[in-house]
Amino acid sequence: MQEFLADAALFLPVLLRGLGMTLLLTAAALAVSIALGLLWVLMGYARFAPLRWISRAIINVIRGIPIIVQLFCIYFVLPEWGLDLPPFAAGVLGLGLAYSVYQAENFRGGLSSVDKDLIEAGTMLGMTWPVLMRRVVLPLGIPAALPSLGNTTIMLLKDSSIASTITIAELTRAGQLLAISTFKNGTVYLLIALLYLAASLPMAAAVRALERRFARK
Amino acid sequence: MIRLRGVRKSFGERDVLRDVSFDVAAGEVACLIGPSGSGKSTILRCINGLESHDAGTIEVDGVAVTPQSLPQVRAAVSMVFQRFNLFPHRTALDNIIEGPVHVLGQPVAKATARAMALLERVGMASHAQAFPRHLSGGQQQRIGIARALAMEPRAILLDEPTSALDPERVGEVLKVMRDLADGGMTMIVVTHEIAFAREAADQILFVDGGTIAEQGPAAEFLSNPKTDRTRLFLSRVRHPL
Ligand SMILES: Nc1ncnc2c1ncn2[C@@H]1O[C@H](COP(=O)(O)OP(=O)(O)O)[C@@H](O)[C@H]1O
Ligand SMILES: [Mg+2]
Repeated sequence: MQEFLADAALFLPVLLRGLGMTLLLTAAALAVSIALGLLWVLMGYARFAPLRWISRAIINVIRGIPIIVQLFCIYFVLPEWGLDLPPFAAGVLGLGLAYSVYQAENFRGGLSSVDKDLIEAGTMLGMTWPVLMRRVVLPLGIPAALPSLGNTTIMLLKDSSIASTITIAELTRAGQLLAISTFKNGTVYLLIALLYLAASLPMAAAVRALERRFARK
Repeated sequence: MIRLRGVRKSFGERDVLRDVSFDVAAGEVACLIGPSGSGKSTILRCINGLESHDAGTIEVDGVAVTPQSLPQVRAAVSMVFQRFNLFPHRTALDNIIEGPVHVLGQPVAKATARAMALLERVGMASHAQAFPRHLSGGQQQRIGIARALAMEPRAILLDEPTSALDPERVGEVLKVMRDLADGGMTMIVVTHEIAFAREAADQILFVDGGTIAEQGPAAEFLSNPKTDRTRLFLSRVRHPL
């Protein structure tokens, strides 16, 4: 135990820096996934049919490819086509793109939970589709999507470890390097697991709070 | 002001409206009565284009209701719903100014001033900042009526405005409707409140099986219904059980 504590004190600064990178990567990828997810959903609701087809096609393609393969495509294949992204940007884009389909599903669920009667009330007042979206559907549907959005964020936090494969020094990769150089696999990976938990448990609590708040309404 | 000629509507196999024709003149109050499922709501919804009709013509102020004319039609005709359908994320006041500000493009200050006057008129001035979930059904419906009036419509359509209310709340809404009728508002009201129909309606239309089975001036219709079907319906409404 004493040895564990001594090692932990030694390793923690490195691992905490890795955790910082994990959180940064998660936050940036979250922003990208939300923006793209919302875009897919709004395209999916568009009057103009080709927009709906494109949205559907994008979602099916992204959902059908493993995240790690998507990251490799962005990091290794795009440069051959002349688009050379630094690792962090590639990680944000890859995770954001991969997660945009889950966010789209979250938003779709939230928006479709909006009472049809309220959409009729807006229509009765003469609202056009964009006004209806902005004034009625989004303000009611997005809060309804927040709990599932929170759950998706926890998954994203964990899946951000996949970015270790494209040399981003986030928590998992920082730990791997540490384990290789010290041979203290047990200590290092236990610490990594505890750090991921420390980050995800508060998020899980926040999701539960959101769910409770929403159930009250 | 509102004119229907040979209006038909089906949902899939079901013919819900078959040949509906009637006129409501400006300033007139028409009450639609009839059994559940006879097509009363569908008639109102076709008039302001929440449903499209399959055949026949509907005119509002001489303008035919078509997909192209919907903005114009909806500006002329507002609707009040059975279940109020207030926006739950907005206060009573904000529900009322929603249309004027975000559809008609009025400045917020002007819309708010008008909304306060409307709140006064429906007896809800002290509840301007309340959210719908904190209001009783009768209070919500009065806000619903104020929201419809805020659009300064030429006519309003009310679909069973009191039938989702507790009995002791019906009177306050009927009173607002009476005031509107007395003020010369053109109204089409789906209702089973026969007393309201007798006092406020100019004409009563009995809807049965998707057509206007009988119609006439309110007093005559109620005191001397011409068909057995109407007589039976009226006696059931007057004497439930
Ligand atoms: N959107 C719809 N889809 C299918 N059937 C409908 C729809 N709206 C109404 N109907 C049917 O049309 C008939 C008339 O409905 P409605 O106009 O609501 O009657 P009322 O208001 O007189 O009770 C009913 O049989 C109802 O089930
Ligand atoms: Mg009805």
